[in-house]
Amino acid sequence: MQAILEAIIYVAEDPVKMEQLKEVFPEESAPDIENALRSLVESFNARPGGMLIREVAGGYRMTTRPEHHEQIRAYLKTRPGAKLSMAALETLAVIAYKQPVTLAEILAIRGKKSSTALQTLLERKMVAIVGRKPVVGRPILYGTSKEFLIHFGLNSLADLPTLEEFAQIAGEQL
Amino acid sequence: MENGDNLNQDFQSSLEGAGITIQLEAFQGPLDLLLHLIKREEIDIWNIPIAHITEQYLEYLRVMKDLNINVAGEWLMMAATLIHIKSRMLVPQEPGEDAQAEEEEDPRKELVYQLLEHQKFKNAAEMLYTREEVENAVWNKPPSDVLEDGSEVVAVTLFDLLRAFNEVVKRFEAQQLMEVEPEEVTVEQKIEDIRRRFLVHDQLLFSSLFREARSKRHVIVIFLALLELVRLREIWLYQKKAFDEIHINKLKESS
Repeated sequence: MQAILEAIIYVAEDPVKMEQLKEVFPEESAPDIENALRSLVESFNARPGGMLIREVAGGYRMTTRPEHHEQIRAYLKTRPGAKLSMAALETLAVIAYKQPVTLAEILAIRGKKSSTALQTLLERKMVAIVGRKPVVGRPILYGTSKEFLIHFGLNSLADLPTLEEFAQIAGEQL
Repeated sequence: MENGDNLNQDFQSSLEGAGITIQLEAFQGPLDLLLHLIKREEIDIWNIPIAHITEQYLEYLRVMKDLNINVAGEWLMMAATLIHIKSRMLVPQEPGEDAQAEEEEDPRKELVYQLLEHQKFKNAAEMLYTREEVENAVWNKPPSDVLEDGSEVVAVTLFDLLRAFNEVVKRFEAQQLMEVEPEEVTVEQKIEDIRRRFLVHDQLLFSSLFREARSKRHVIVIFLALLELVRLREIWLYQKKAFDEIHINKLKESS
């Protein structure tokens, strides 16, 4: 089964989820698939190859190892993609930790208007509209997307360090 | 202006275009400026010398104005807040109040929490920045369109299409068939014609469609009909490999 799992993760476009694998192996129990998956990831990542299987956005994905980026880029003849600006990253951090959050709440934390940064994040699909706050004016609520998890190599929001950790660092910095 | 030059450097400002607009890179907002001042002057955040900081803040604001930077409302709001705190600090404490109450009423408290909160999210943003760096250094298999028979195909770009079209036109011109069509075919008619063909065939070659063309105008009409059918998502164009012959496939009706 491990070999099949490896092949599926290889051909997949999006991170492969447990539910999808259950469909492929209807005879197998979920714990059996999970165990096979775990030992596959372990042995695959232990070998000194060029690829890794990583847990991203709640699924499994095969990627190249980051340490080979220079040679890969030389082969592909590409430059690093457009990075998010610091303003966009700060806005994104607020949304990631405070979601669902309104533009006014973002403004309160950042102390400056953030509509341009928010627009960028919406365009790049890092952020999505998740609802409206049931208060006067029913302001739009924003939250992070699956694309956000993929872009930052996160398995879930729980992978993010806690805000308390950043508060502690902030206390040391100031 | 010596002081101003210094500040100018601090801003890392860059002249844009005709030198009218200046982009602030170092400081994104008033809270960032305050944090910068506090770090630079090694100020204890729990005991901010508010008069000193206010003075520095206003100095920066002046330089920003000198540099023609559009000072947004939030900068002025913060200036007002600082001045307000400063004035409250000057009010003499009423005798008899216990230390506890004094602590509660420190007018700087709210600003301090705001600054710490902001620094916290700046750190979180730094973390995201680092993660993005790492993610930019890895690749996963790019999605490839897979035909039903399993063979991988290359999507046809607009440039491929124009090149193929150009070839057809050239071939047509070389043939020098100057036959005049009895009836001018319209794009609508051609679309119907192609749809009829796909009732019998699942796949056609791009070049085969142009074989019957009798005038340059006819070639153009066929090309436009194809583009329209692609737009309507009734057909799709692909190549077995780059620069290969263009195939036309019928797209299944999406129910």
